[in-house]
Amino acid sequence: MLKVRSHVPYLYCAPLVLLLAVIFAYPIIRVFDFSTRLIRGASGPFIGLDNYRFIFEDPTFKEALKHSVLLLLCVPVLLVFSILLATLLYEQLPAWKFFRTVLFLPYILAIPVVGIVASFMFQLHGPINQALEAVGLDRLAIDWLGQEKYALMTVALVIVAREVGFGIVLFLARMMTLDASQLEAARIDGAGWFQRLRYVILPEIRWTVEFYVVVASITMLAWVFSYVYTLTQGGPGTATITMELYIYNVGEVQSTPGMASAAAVVLLAFTSVLIALLFFARWRAARAEAQGA
Amino acid sequence: MSAAVQPRKRRRERSDYLKQALLVLAAIGAMIPVSFMLMTSVKSDDQYSDDVLGLPSPLTFGNFSDALDGGEFLTWFKNSVILTAGAVIASTIVAALAAFAIANMRFRGRELLLSTNVALMVVPPVVMLIPLFIQFTELGLVSTYRGVILIYAGLTAPFSVYLLASFFRTLPNELFESATIDGASHARILWSIVLPLARPALVTLIIVNSLWVWNELLVALVFLPDEQLKTLMVGVTLFQGRYSLNVPVLMAGMLVASAPMALLYLAGQRYFIRGLTAGALKG
Repeated sequence: MLKVRSHVPYLYCAPLVLLLAVIFAYPIIRVFDFSTRLIRGASGPFIGLDNYRFIFEDPTFKEALKHSVLLLLCVPVLLVFSILLATLLYEQLPAWKFFRTVLFLPYILAIPVVGIVASFMFQLHGPINQALEAVGLDRLAIDWLGQEKYALMTVALVIVAREVGFGIVLFLARMMTLDASQLEAARIDGAGWFQRLRYVILPEIRWTVEFYVVVASITMLAWVFSYVYTLTQGGPGTATITMELYIYNVGEVQSTPGMASAAAVVLLAFTSVLIALLFFARWRAARAEAQGA
Repeated sequence: MSAAVQPRKRRRERSDYLKQALLVLAAIGAMIPVSFMLMTSVKSDDQYSDDVLGLPSPLTFGNFSDALDGGEFLTWFKNSVILTAGAVIASTIVAALAAFAIANMRFRGRELLLSTNVALMVVPPVVMLIPLFIQFTELGLVSTYRGVILIYAGLTAPFSVYLLASFFRTLPNELFESATIDGASHARILWSIVLPLARPALVTLIIVNSLWVWNELLVALVFLPDEQLKTLMVGVTLFQGRYSLNVPVLMAGMLVASAPMALLYLAGQRYFIRGLTAGALKG
């Protein structure tokens, strides 16, 4: 630790505190305030919990909430695929570095670009359906984005396809820090690939798994705007609207900031649960590390 | 990361072929969107309507000049570069100062600041969208570079502090002690000892934040309605509407828009991966 006069650390932190106050703290306080007002322009009369009543009576809000929660189902899928592919890379089979680069490639493309490209690939007469028909899988050639019952699934598919790159690289990086001799010993003892994964690798990377689950859940709840905006704009109808898009639509497009703020508070409540879980995971990991686990 | 190079020679197992096959399959899947973009961007529109899947023949490069026509792309590109550079520089400076204090000095409120910081890393930007917009409208900061730079710097600051503080903490204590004995001030220690040693962390941070700002859509959409100030990502969505009936030109545009970050990735893959995984590997 550096010995300095007592006011010095505060000088170093002042710009950060100021920045966080302007961009996070003050807006978050105001979003609570706005959610209880009938906002016209910059403020408005206090109306209690009416905005909350309005959004919970709004079928579109219910759809948005439902879809955001449904998108959490992507998390286990992402987890399985990223761990599976990371272990395959970890085996360091020939050209594994090339495969790592390629598997990470979709993650490098900007989300809006991925969304736009996918929106054309999944068109009714687009390349995906033509390819399916060409190999005789006509029945799978559905209207991916155009039909209400399939659209959210397609959005989820695109999200998983891009986000899995991050999971793979994350788990691979964690596995690279493992003690290779343990795995070698397990291998010599005749443990198969799945047994090594289940009994040697997974227990070691538990903290990374917890971290990933929390981060991926937050992504699904609060970072999918760019996908939905470019893939479907929430349609057809409200079939793929999510919380983020709802807040954007209600606040910016329909200009009812009070209702949008109430929805933002609901979203913040959901993410707060996840933030608490993140802290819990970090705390457990720190404790495990302190115990030399 | 150095563990990555340790050679692990072993007998090949029969299941290796199955694993290799799975990897090839996954790799093909990962290549599909990029291949579709590449192939379609060099087809003529007629060819695309006749044969969506077929290989392009003859190759048509006119789509790229059509996409770049009118210079809008250049304007969007310029705006994205200005915003990314401004936000990343501001965020890095603010974060480096605070991380230095958090990691290397003792003071009251340090734990609180660090926990708040971690919590803010995961607050969705859309929560702040409405109040920020109203606030920025009052302050005349909507449709200005500096307003949006401020927002991006703020949104990336928590991760930046987190990453830099975890790196600064690994620097040996003796370093500070001997520098203090030599009479170096804290500012001097930060500037001539800590920052030079933290170069890999700084490079990682700059790359990760650049990627984030460059790809951001929501804030850019709301805070930069002015035609002249649109970013590349917003421009790309305008393109989607305009060329929905001319997919090859659209794909050429998407390819141009993706090129800068793809090149940055291929050049600094190591730093990318290190930065993106930094949050999970250390506590």
